[in-house]
Amino acid sequence: MKESMDIHRFYLHGMHIVLDVNSGAVHVVDRMAYDALAVFDGHNDAEVAAALAGEYGAAAVAEVLAELHALVDAGLLFSPAVEVPAVIGDAPLVKSLCLHVAHDCNLRCGYCFAGTGDFGHDRGLMPKEVAEKAVEFIIAGSGRRKHCEIDFFGGEPLLNMDTVRQTVAYVRRREAETGKVFKLTLTTNAVLLDEATLAYLNAENISLVLSLDGRREVHDRMRPDAAGNGSWEDVVARARRATDSRGGKNYYLRGTYTAHNLDFAADVLAMADLGFTELSVEPVIGKDTDYALREEHLPALYAQYEALAEEYLARRRAGRPFEFFHFNLNLDNGPCVAKRLAGCGAGHEYFAVTPDGDLYPCHQFVGRDEYLIGNLTDGIRKPALVQKFRHAHALAKPACRACWARFYCSGGCHANAQLFGGDLAEPYALGCELQKKRLECAIMIQASLAADKGA
Amino acid sequence: MAKHIVTVNKGALQSTVKTGGCGECQASCQSACKTSCTVGNQVCQK
Repeated sequence: MKESMDIHRFYLHGMHIVLDVNSGAVHVVDRMAYDALAVFDGHNDAEVAAALAGEYGAAAVAEVLAELHALVDAGLLFSPAVEVPAVIGDAPLVKSLCLHVAHDCNLRCGYCFAGTGDFGHDRGLMPKEVAEKAVEFIIAGSGRRKHCEIDFFGGEPLLNMDTVRQTVAYVRRREAETGKVFKLTLTTNAVLLDEATLAYLNAENISLVLSLDGRREVHDRMRPDAAGNGSWEDVVARARRATDSRGGKNYYLRGTYTAHNLDFAADVLAMADLGFTELSVEPVIGKDTDYALREEHLPALYAQYEALAEEYLARRRAGRPFEFFHFNLNLDNGPCVAKRLAGCGAGHEYFAVTPDGDLYPCHQFVGRDEYLIGNLTDGIRKPALVQKFRHAHALAKPACRACWARFYCSGGCHANAQLFGGDLAEPYALGCELQKKRLECAIMIQASLAADKGA
Repeated sequence: MAKHIVTVNKGALQSTVKTGGCGECQASCQSACKTSCTVGNQVCQK
C-alpha cells in the first residue's frame, strides 16, 4: 500500500522516529511499531496483524496496535487534516522590509545572486529620504501589528553607513511616536566592520548576519575582493572582534556551500572550531554553473547533514555546543498554522526596497523586472501579484499538499520556485530534498535531547 | 506506560488554526538564512 503522507517514518541515529504531520507530534518507536506503521492507517488492524505475523508474535502485535490506537484517540497520530486559517484570507499586514541600502559591494563573490552587488542594474546607494519613506511604508502597512523588522542589506550595507545611521535614528524616533517595536538586522561581509561601526551597531542592538563560508580555501575561492585576493583572514578577525564585543550573542555567522565543497559539514565545524557558536550554512542557488548543486550530489549532502547532526549532538553533550540554524526546531512552541503557511511572507508581508525605492517581493526577486511590485511613492502597484504570493502556500500547491514537510518549509522559497520552475506553484525540488533531510536531522536531535533528559 | 512508543512532544498544530495569525513573530527569512524558507524553527511570540 502507499504510505500515508499524514505521517512520516524515518530511521536516524539509531532511532525509529515517527512524525504525525498534522499535529506536529513526534514519537520514537521500536522496530515493531515502526514496521506496523508501514501498514497501519488507523482502521486496518487485521491488515497490520497479517503483515507482521511472519516476524512478530500475535500478542506483541496486539500490544503495538493498542498503543497506536491510543495515540490516534489522543489526536497524536493520523490527526485530522489542517484547514487554511481564515486569517490567510484577510488583507496582509506588512511586517518586514529588506532595505538595499547599497547596490554595490567590495567583494566579488562567485555565487552572488546580486550580481556582485548591482542586481543587474546600476550601482547605487540608497538616500536617507528613501529609507525614511520605507520606514513610513512599514508603519502604515503593519496596521495593528506591533513588531516590525528591517534588515539593512545590499550589496554591502556598510558602504552606506550614513543612511544606516540616519535610518536607525529615524526608526527610534518613530518607535516612540507610534508604539511600534523595530527589530533591526544588518547583513554584511564584515570587510568594513571597524571599531567605530561595531560600537555603534552594538549600542543600537542591531543583529548581525556575518558572511563566512567556513574553511579558508573554501571561503577564499568564492569570496575574493575586487582585486581577486581572498578575504577569509580579514573577515575572521573582524567577525571575531564583532562577536566577542557582543558577548557571543545577537549574530549569525552565515555561509554558503556549493558543488566545490560538498563536504560542507567541515566548514560548519571549522567555524565552530574558531569559537563561533551561532551558525547558518545554506546551499547555494545556481543554475548552469560549475558551482551549482545537482541531483547527483544529494547522497553526499545527506551524509553531510547526518554527520553534522551527530557532531552537533556530541559537542552539545560534551559542553561545547553550537547552534546550526537549520537544526533549530521548536517542537513545543513552534509557529501557528497561519505562520507556517505565510512562511517568509515574501510579496505580502515582506518586501525588498531598492536604492531608488522600488519594491520587490523579496531580496532575491530584485532585478527580475516582471516582479517589480510597486514603489515607495505609489505603493503597491500589482495587488494581484501580492495575492498570488499570499496564496502560494503549502496547502495550495499540489506537490506540497502531498509532502510530509509541508508545515515546516511553508512551501519553500518562492524565488527559487520561480527561478527553477518558472512558477510559484512549483517548488524547487532539489531545495525540497535538502530541506527534508535537514528536518529529519532536526527532529532526530530533539528526540535525542528529550531522551537525554529522560535518561 | 507504553512499551513500544515514546512520545517526544504532543503537537497541537491544528488548535492554532483558530488562535494563531497575530504575525508578531520574526519573519523567517530575515533571521539568518536569506535563501531558504524555514518556519519550523521559529518561536511563537504569544
